[in-house]
Amino acid sequence: MKTRTLLLGTAALLALAPAALAERGSDGHVNIIYWQAPSILNPYLSGGTKDVESSSLIIEPLARYDEKGNLVPYLAQEIPTVGNGGVSADLTSITWKLKEGLVWSDGTAVTSADVVFTGQYCMHPEGGCAQLAKFEGVDKIEAVDDLTVKITFKEPKPNPYLPFTGGQGPVIQKAQFENCLGAKAPECTEANFGPIGTGPFVVTEFRPNDVIQMKANDKYRDPAKPAFATLTFKGGGDAAAAGRAVLETGEYDYAWNLQLAPDVLAGMAKAGKGVPMAAFGSLVERLEMNLTDPSPDLPEGERSTAKHPHPILSDMRVRKALSMAIDRNLLVEIGYGQAGRPTCNLVPAPEIYASDNTDCLVQDVEGAKALLEEAGWTDTNGDGVRDKDGRKLSLLYQTSTNAVRQDFQALIKQWWAEIGVETELKNIDASVFFGGDPGSPDTFQKFYADIEMYANNFDGTDPEPYLSAYTCAKAPRPETQWQGENINRYCNEEYEKVLAELSRTGELEKRGELAAKLNDMVTKESYVVVPLVDRGRVSARSNSLGGVILNTWDSELWNIADWHRIK
Amino acid sequence: MNEAVTTKREFGLPPPRSQWWDVWDQFRTHKGALAGLAIFTAILLAVVIGPWLWPYDPTYADLRSRNAGFSLVHPFGTDQLGRDLLARMMAGGMVSLAVGMTAMLLSVVLGTLIGVVAGYFRRLDGPLMRLTDLFLALPLLPLLLVMVMLFREALSRRFGPETGIFILIVTAIGITSWMHTARIVRGEVLALKEREFVLASRSIGTPPRRMITRHILPNVMSPIMVSATLGIANAIITESALSFLGLGFPPDFPTWGRLLFDAVDQLQLYPSRVILPGVAISLTVLSVNYIGDGLRDALDPRIRGR
Repeated sequence: MKTRTLLLGTAALLALAPAALAERGSDGHVNIIYWQAPSILNPYLSGGTKDVESSSLIIEPLARYDEKGNLVPYLAQEIPTVGNGGVSADLTSITWKLKEGLVWSDGTAVTSADVVFTGQYCMHPEGGCAQLAKFEGVDKIEAVDDLTVKITFKEPKPNPYLPFTGGQGPVIQKAQFENCLGAKAPECTEANFGPIGTGPFVVTEFRPNDVIQMKANDKYRDPAKPAFATLTFKGGGDAAAAGRAVLETGEYDYAWNLQLAPDVLAGMAKAGKGVPMAAFGSLVERLEMNLTDPSPDLPEGERSTAKHPHPILSDMRVRKALSMAIDRNLLVEIGYGQAGRPTCNLVPAPEIYASDNTDCLVQDVEGAKALLEEAGWTDTNGDGVRDKDGRKLSLLYQTSTNAVRQDFQALIKQWWAEIGVETELKNIDASVFFGGDPGSPDTFQKFYADIEMYANNFDGTDPEPYLSAYTCAKAPRPETQWQGENINRYCNEEYEKVLAELSRTGELEKRGELAAKLNDMVTKESYVVVPLVDRGRVSARSNSLGGVILNTWDSELWNIADWHRIK
Repeated sequence: MNEAVTTKREFGLPPPRSQWWDVWDQFRTHKGALAGLAIFTAILLAVVIGPWLWPYDPTYADLRSRNAGFSLVHPFGTDQLGRDLLARMMAGGMVSLAVGMTAMLLSVVLGTLIGVVAGYFRRLDGPLMRLTDLFLALPLLPLLLVMVMLFREALSRRFGPETGIFILIVTAIGITSWMHTARIVRGEVLALKEREFVLASRSIGTPPRRMITRHILPNVMSPIMVSATLGIANAIITESALSFLGLGFPPDFPTWGRLLFDAVDQLQLYPSRVILPGVAISLTVLSVNYIGDGLRDALDPRIRGR
């Protein structure tokens, strides 16, 4: 009897052991690989996904979106709504309450002053804040008391949850960034490379464009988390190497965004060291048409700015013809397999916001030719390339270095050749292309090319900030240190009117209609953005990594505090 | 004079022959060099004449026959977009070999010039050799990357994207690989300068220009030829490395290095796509090296005939 009790007791203890072991740092080390290397840990100075997601380990917003697109409080006590009085009845203000007892990783208390400061930091008129769209329509941000922040909008804001939510709106520490306002922001290297945060990890070493070493934040609000004591965030390389490192060799535990040919990915998964996970969000691979002249003959500072309209692509018929010549179904089949679907929409999800626009899905080479004829582009000298007024219909088409993208480039070049358009291809290393360095001529914001291809998505479930990128003021130009989201330099008064209406409308159905209208204005009505493929995100985790929930509505590392080692 | 020739004939001596016949005779005894020469000529012919005979365009994507294996229609198969790999190999070889040869020419001309000048004129020796040391100390690949970034756009605007990059890469490789030639040539020139025939020729007042073209250059031909062959190999490899890093020619422009780079993702599924360009690069480099080895032996009169 005694022995039995003893045995039972031991068994019970053993069963309890894993729970007891679930304490901070008990699971050792975790390795994460992003094949685009972070160059800065301040998402307000770089729009690159790699920078936003790596910094999401360190700094946190008031609330994040979960995998279904719902808001979950992080630094806030709860999500304010009209019902609980957090959002004013006239939709002009929102009041967030911070959790009590929150501390920064340096031990000082998190107060509403930090939140207010973060707003000032991004909205500073001299700084080219990459997340300015988040603060669209904000009138003032004020601290009511130590834990309460009230954000007042200029006009009723039906979606008041934009500031300080998601991976793109983390709260930064006032004490650290106080002297980094406006034009001085990029100069604060120490702060930008090692922000003090509230997140589960703190930086121990940051080597830009290479690797970040982190350790668990011992001041993190949940004493049992994170399960990992240290973390290595390796950046750089390419998607294939990252996929292999997780799925085949098991060197890394998590690899982000494995944009690989479908058969390649399937081959890697066979090795059995890890699993690829897929989820569809709003990520759309698209061609962006440059509406301004990128000609190198123009003086530096005027290239690709609104001063010089594009000599070829300013004509809508040319843009439409280029879109019509593309067979999107084939692109999906070759490039993405299960992880993609053809689309004509900039906003493919969530459903209520998606337009029913599908006319681009069928390739129409003859139609494209006719359209170019109509636009006056004819092949006068019989060399197979159309021309007009002595100018050849020749375009520079750039993208980042990536096998699928280079295949797309080759295919699209061939289709365009069929309709008499000559294409010069260029590929740029992804870390440079998306790096946002104002000194480099090869960034996607500078857009020193006629057409470029990349994928972009929006954070959260509301497409308003994403659509509000296409306003005149947000065009990257020298005065904004080449920051800004209106890559095409699209400028349309009508668009801005509808956008303003959207930002005043609270009723969800009506919002959906307006969003779809805006989507149509930049896609099927103007072909400024030519969407190609709606991409599901494929990331991979090793078999021993638990707690990962792939989230397409926020940073993929949104719940890193819950990640643990499966024993 | 006439008399002498007749006498020789009468005595049954072979007719006089040029030194190049001797060189060839010696070269023929080097089996590796002969094999190398045969392979290199074969590759050269395939690459130059092949595209005229082969019906497929290297950039045309035939989407119905993607990922085809070896067959009569596509002897090397097709890639993931249905482009014929044989056509791509030939087109790629043309570029890679053209880059190799042109860069080699440039580097040999530069190297010889600097080597001879440094060896012959004592006053220029110091500065020129320090310059050589400087170039030797420069890290090559980062320098090339910077050059590509700085000049790519300007050149492709001037000469078109393909010619522009060609000029850029050839120049970049040429001006960063002349140093070994220069050092070797200088050493040879320094030794030659003290030889009796040079002193004799100087004593009758031969000007330096004639000294160099008449006496020095013919005598340093052998090391120059050897470093030229090695230079080709080196240039092909450097171009491959650049293309492999995605920094060479535009992505749709096949070179052997680019073919390798494109195929790396498919390495496990379609290993032949990596092996074929890899083998082509290795074969070319190896055969050229053997030719160089044979030439060195053949051109050295002290070895010749033994």
